[in-house]
Amino acid sequence: MIVAFNAELFIQLLVNGITLGSLYGLIALGYSLVYGILKLLNFAHGDVYMIGAFVGYGVLTLLGGPLSPNVALTPLIVLMFLGAMLASGLLGVVIERFAYRPLRDAPRLAPLISALGVSFFLQNSALLLFGSQFRSYDSFVLGSKNPEFFEPGPLTDPVFVVKNVNIQLIQVIVLATTVGLMAALTFLVAKTQIGKAMRATSYDREAAAMMGIDTDRVIATTFFIGSVLAGAAGVMFGLLFSQVFHFMGFLAGLKGFTAAVVGGIGSIPGAMLGGLLVGLAESFAAGYLGGRWSDLTVFGILILVLLVRPSGLLGTRAIQKV
Amino acid sequence: MESGGDIPEVPGRPDERDRPRVGVDEWVASVEERREQRGGFAAIGRRIDAVVPPWARLLIFTAAAATLPLWMDTGDLFVYGIFTLIYILLGLGLNVIVGYAGLLDLGYVALFGFGAYFYAILSSEHFGIHWPSAVSVPIVVLSTAALGLVLGVPSRRLLGDYLAIVTLFFGQAFVVFVNAANPRGLTGGPNGIADIDPNDLLGYELITRRQQYWFILAIVVLILIGLHFLSESRTGRAWRALREDPLAAEAMSMPVNRLKLMAFAFGAGIAGLTGCLFAAVLTAVTSGNFALPILITIYAVVILGGIGSLTGVVIGAVVINVSFQFLAPENPQNNARLLFYGTIVLLLLMAVRPLWRLAVVFGGVLVFGFVAHEVASRIDESWTAGAVVEGGRVAGVVADWVIIPAGHDRFADIAYIALIVLVLTLTRVRGWWRTLLTIPTVYLSAVVWETSFVEQPAVARWILFGALLVFLMTVRPQGLLGTPRVEIV
Repeated sequence: MIVAFNAELFIQLLVNGITLGSLYGLIALGYSLVYGILKLLNFAHGDVYMIGAFVGYGVLTLLGGPLSPNVALTPLIVLMFLGAMLASGLLGVVIERFAYRPLRDAPRLAPLISALGVSFFLQNSALLLFGSQFRSYDSFVLGSKNPEFFEPGPLTDPVFVVKNVNIQLIQVIVLATTVGLMAALTFLVAKTQIGKAMRATSYDREAAAMMGIDTDRVIATTFFIGSVLAGAAGVMFGLLFSQVFHFMGFLAGLKGFTAAVVGGIGSIPGAMLGGLLVGLAESFAAGYLGGRWSDLTVFGILILVLLVRPSGLLGTRAIQKV
Repeated sequence: MESGGDIPEVPGRPDERDRPRVGVDEWVASVEERREQRGGFAAIGRRIDAVVPPWARLLIFTAAAATLPLWMDTGDLFVYGIFTLIYILLGLGLNVIVGYAGLLDLGYVALFGFGAYFYAILSSEHFGIHWPSAVSVPIVVLSTAALGLVLGVPSRRLLGDYLAIVTLFFGQAFVVFVNAANPRGLTGGPNGIADIDPNDLLGYELITRRQQYWFILAIVVLILIGLHFLSESRTGRAWRALREDPLAAEAMSMPVNRLKLMAFAFGAGIAGLTGCLFAAVLTAVTSGNFALPILITIYAVVILGGIGSLTGVVIGAVVINVSFQFLAPENPQNNARLLFYGTIVLLLLMAVRPLWRLAVVFGGVLVFGFVAHEVASRIDESWTAGAVVEGGRVAGVVADWVIIPAGHDRFADIAYIALIVLVLTLTRVRGWWRTLLTIPTVYLSAVVWETSFVEQPAVARWILFGALLVFLMTVRPQGLLGTPRVEIV
């Protein structure tokens, strides 16, 4: 069965893939930052992202709900992002303080299992608090004049239409926010004092501590930053797909980690590149092969990259010294 | 080396006490001595653990387990007896991979699932194939071991965390494959496979629960014996060396890659065998039986008892499965309630010293509860108007003591979050502050139990398991029976 090449479908999938990819990229950054500094695989990261999505929903409900918000659309979305990012960031710091810091010098297995426990704890706490049903952001009616009649709001307005390809405002917002956050992070790591401390700690924790760097504070800051990005990604997911649920963090976390590994774990541009690749792969696999293959495709890419280039596309090969 | 002439006689194996111990110098030894002198329940447990020889333990376990069907009815034997044995087997298999070789395998439950599904395909109505167990079980065990070997291949290149994520993906892919891909109706999709044959002993089918229980018990005992000798063997010691320090092991010219693959294959083989027994006992398999929660449960089994310890796995499986079944949604609530309050009392007994401080805590909690209940009911009747979930002797006492509001929707959620905050704070304070803070914490946990956990015991048990993993890792990463490592860098 040969299908004629359909340029419109291709471009639409490309756009969807890039949007999805920037979301995964943000999650991947959290993994990458933490892994770079602690060599710890933070299984709970996906669930921090889930909590972020729920906090965004909470802010939305607090401000009157999607059908009758008390504030204008722009401040509403800004407040949702800020609330979710702050809450996720704090959650990340708390998790680090209580589940990982006591295990700083423990055998490597211990923090991984602890992370698994935190992930499970958060998932089921969300189930207990929010129930198992999907919560809807109703982002397609947000800011609409007649939300009760499900008249589409400005978020789904196409800002760019050629034939059947349309790019919605929300996709532009997601992309712009991601680029902004990325730029901010790059600036923070490259130019500021805390960024310098982060790089030093990641290079050699003991030596950094001897140079007078408060490594515990640096690590807590790293968790804060990574979790802030995850919280932003959570709200983006809610706005893009209009639904949040307690189990959303698991798969997103896996894909975020895949993105981090594919791009080269510990590398910031690598995480973004990996995110884009995973997002594109998922989008194209879903478009051309069918939805049930999208997850397996992502998995296949991970295995392939790991076998060919274990350090990832942009990662530097770590030389293990004794 | 044929021309060597006289080959010097290999010295006999030295006694355990005289054997030189790697990495143990005077200081480390003194730490261990001090640890032995320490009191408390855990120390008593460890001393008993150190005194009782392995064969005596096995004898005690076998005797106790074998008499179980004589006084338990069939339903209880199924959920408490057979499931515990299944968890012991799963724990033993995982213990080889994680406990001995130190490889974090998060796809283990998929191997268990593979075994169960494969057995179901070979011996059920699904394709009309009915191979006897003597044929199908060995095939399943060998092919699961082979699958474990294949899964272990990336481990040659991947460091610990990468291995974890690849295996986790494998577990996920297995569920997707079984559920959604389902090529040619092989796995039955979401419905799974039903009408699976029971295991048979050379043609004699094991149909009653008692027969099945004794059959699985026999297998557990055999595997326990086998694993005991395996862990004492050259391979077992090599695995432990690999776990402690892969680089040093490699420098000592141990075949690191082969050892890793062997551990994977061994653990997978046991998982496959367990899958056969599980499928035969349950007579049906669905993908839900092999999802992430079960993996967490198996990890909890292995870690609670102490990674690398066979006795630990058995104890872990008994504790986890019994509490698991108490918290099962279909179980009457009084069991769960008894377990909950019992655990809190036990924890307080173990953690709070000296005795008068313990008395302060117990008295404080009681008084605090009655005062809080009284104050709440004075403010508004609705705060204490909620009904206690029925059942159990404790329920009557609870009604006058715990605040159970009616009509305050968010109260349970706020209480839950407040409890998390209190517990976290509790780990940060010392001395009198801790004693004082324990009182509201214990009371609040009772409130949370009565207002939200009792309603959703299935969710509650997963929350408690997650918390248990974190708690054990931060407090006793070596588990109940493991010995903490002391090292000098």
